[in-house]
Amino acid sequence: MKPDQLLHPAPAGLYCPAGDFYIDPVRPVARALITHGHSDHARAGHGAVLATRETLDIMGIRYGADFCGAMQAAAFGERIDLSGVTVSFHPAGHVLGSAQIAVERGGLTIVASGDYKRGADPTATPYEPVPCDVFITEATFGLPVFHHPEPKGEMGKLLTSLRQFPERSHLLGAYSLGKAQRVIRLLRDCGYDAPIYIHGSLARLCDYYVSRGIALGDLRPATTERSSPADFRGAVVVGPPSAFADRWARRFNEPLVAFASGWMMVRQRAKQGGVELPLVISDHCDWPELTGTIRELAPREVWVTHGREEALVRWCELAGIPARPLHLVGYEDEGD
Amino acid sequence: MRAFATLLDRLVLTPSRNGKLTLLADYFRDTPDPDRGYGLAAIAGTLDLKSVKPALLRELVLERMDEVLFRYSYDYVGDLAETIALVWDEERKERVPDEAQPRLGAVVSRMNALGRTEVRGAVRDLLDRLDPSARFAFLKLATGGLRIGVSARLAKQALADFSGRDVVEIETLWHGLSPPYEPLFAWLEGRADRPVLATPAIFHSVMLANPVGEGDLDALDPADFAAEWKWDGIRVQLSAAGSTRRLYSRSGDDISAAFPDVLEAINFEGVVDGELLVGGTARMNSPTRTFSDLQQRLNRKTVTARMLEDYPAFVRAYDVLFEGEADVRPESFSDRRARLGEMIEKAPHDRFDLSPLVPFGSWAELETIRRDPPDPVIEGVMLKRLDSPYQAGRMKGPWFKWKRDPFNIDAVMMYAQRGHGKRSSYYSDFTFGVWTDGPDGPLLVPVGKAYFGFTDAELEVLDRYVRNNTTDRFGPVRAVRAEPGYGFVLEVAFEGINRSTRHKSGVAMRFPRIARLRQDKLPADADRLETLMAMVEAKEG
Repeated sequence: MKPDQLLHPAPAGLYCPAGDFYIDPVRPVARALITHGHSDHARAGHGAVLATRETLDIMGIRYGADFCGAMQAAAFGERIDLSGVTVSFHPAGHVLGSAQIAVERGGLTIVASGDYKRGADPTATPYEPVPCDVFITEATFGLPVFHHPEPKGEMGKLLTSLRQFPERSHLLGAYSLGKAQRVIRLLRDCGYDAPIYIHGSLARLCDYYVSRGIALGDLRPATTERSSPADFRGAVVVGPPSAFADRWARRFNEPLVAFASGWMMVRQRAKQGGVELPLVISDHCDWPELTGTIRELAPREVWVTHGREEALVRWCELAGIPARPLHLVGYEDEGD
Repeated sequence: MRAFATLLDRLVLTPSRNGKLTLLADYFRDTPDPDRGYGLAAIAGTLDLKSVKPALLRELVLERMDEVLFRYSYDYVGDLAETIALVWDEERKERVPDEAQPRLGAVVSRMNALGRTEVRGAVRDLLDRLDPSARFAFLKLATGGLRIGVSARLAKQALADFSGRDVVEIETLWHGLSPPYEPLFAWLEGRADRPVLATPAIFHSVMLANPVGEGDLDALDPADFAAEWKWDGIRVQLSAAGSTRRLYSRSGDDISAAFPDVLEAINFEGVVDGELLVGGTARMNSPTRTFSDLQQRLNRKTVTARMLEDYPAFVRAYDVLFEGEADVRPESFSDRRARLGEMIEKAPHDRFDLSPLVPFGSWAELETIRRDPPDPVIEGVMLKRLDSPYQAGRMKGPWFKWKRDPFNIDAVMMYAQRGHGKRSSYYSDFTFGVWTDGPDGPLLVPVGKAYFGFTDAELEVLDRYVRNNTTDRFGPVRAVRAEPGYGFVLEVAFEGINRSTRHKSGVAMRFPRIARLRQDKLPADADRLETLMAMVEAKEG
């Protein structure tokens, strides 16, 4: 069997004809396998959904309990048969519950890794390498310019700024699923134990992380009516970056906007976004992690999905590994 | 290098002046000598570092990585120094420990000691031993492309904040000292006496005037004051001691290199305060040229023979601070003015003249004169108390500036951008335009940008208009509805207007601000580009 008979791109997403399922489909389908809960990968309205317990819970929180017809939870490493195709979920280290999906038939294994990272993150089960014939990798940060530094060092910049500007409210932009909880946990691990104020859109997901055993410390809503700027003097406020451009942000005292994202590696990006304090903290692989993973797995073939495919394909060429871009549409590479 | 690189990264993204001051003062306090002195020099523009050509950097990076991958990276980042700083590690994952990185002082001394053939190897080695952020700082310093939005004046203010000394004292010393400024820091920290300057012709802080406010003149006797024209050039200080001659801007930046014509003509010793202008002196009976002509000569490191001929510079003297070595600042304005008259009388006629006094009997008479100045390059009158000593800074009382009334136009809001800090959630920077004839009827052409002049309450109104009438978004910028029958009219006040080749409209305003919100007007009632062009032409006489 040729690899692209087992799995190939279709308008709705990666499709497996033998098992009649899609991986992370971008439009409603009968049977979907979901790698993780980010909204460009996990959409509502499918017939049956197979995903990890956490991913199903997160989808329930975001879309309501009836987000699909039927759901089945997959444990890491459990082998599940779908019409003669064996699928199994393996940790991807991206966000809570994130998984790579291995698809096997007739001795051929393809791993769709979804979004993944290799760096340490106490809020997600660490990535595990899965031997395979074809490795499908993302390329969000697929350029040699991307080198994500040690997260604690980056968080140290925020703590330094709090000391330098004790009167200013530090608004820390972070996407609401995964990054927000990770930066809060990171602040705690750096010894910051003051209350952290959160935007309303983060509350339920933070509660869920806590219920899964990830302690986030004293979190308080930053959305109280009648609050005055003085209440947030010198405080850390975590929220989605879009909220900081909004009227919502006016309640804060001389706000200083920080943003935790892999994109902050490039100065012009930070400048355009009006970010005063860029923190390079990413839930994706940087360039050495992408290339290191491919070297480690040594697959027969690499398929590259969303991001800067051309550079990673070029790197594979130079390394003598056959590679091609999949040109899947509908995945945002902005969200990190 | 690490501390300096961190400072740089923060300064570039910190819009507020106070924020910058805090960052700088903390850096000066926490960084040891000589590194902080070289950091100060890099920011104030006094650092001398062996330069590296971009072509060499490209060669170095291509020694270690695929050209195609480099090109993808460069296309993405858009800046050569930043691209190289980021791709240098390529697949390397282990990090350079902070303590193993060379310090700024070590980098400067190593680079400056290199022979020509040693540059390549040394740059490669330094890039290997620095982390990405420090690499970026090093490459920007070595290629001369450092832009951080901090003036020398602000750096000196930070020195004052960090030490508790007066910025005037620091400025007095500044031009007599050189990197890494160890005696300066020793004095600032109270570990040593005030440095004794060996170099003459240093900069002395200038005396500044306050604007005439409502009712300010009522209690003052016109007989106590002299009036003179306020010329539209740049305020400068000329300093000459022996063979050392310097021309400083008002903020103490040394601009000598761009004005050899003025410096060569000096035949006196001392320190003179005046206006730098382009054209001919009054003594030569030739006209003073406009500010836009002067701009041709500003912000240049060197000047061509052609520039010297086409845009000859001269100084119109206002005051004298030192005559020879004698400090005459404590004397009265009238006495200094008499000394100045004698000095300028003997100075070359084509490069120096004396700013004439304007006779007047009453404030009302001066008001009439002020409204109709005899020369288009005059932007108002200065009032100076006859008995005032020369005091650095902006003291209220002895000197006033009474500017010509500002220009006003009605313009239409076209684009808005969010502000920074306190204003980061407000659309507070506005690009406005006026009408001109397009191929398909009337068309708005942007003529300027303003981000102050309005009250907080007015900002709420402006912000609401932007949010409710956005037609397009370009990154942080929003385009707003602006049609003849629907839009937001702004009354814009500005101090001057010049021709400009850099702006699509062909004009550039000086100090534009929003004077009033004209919600009572429709965009169709706003001004036309011809009105602005007529203002330019009136000024050019």
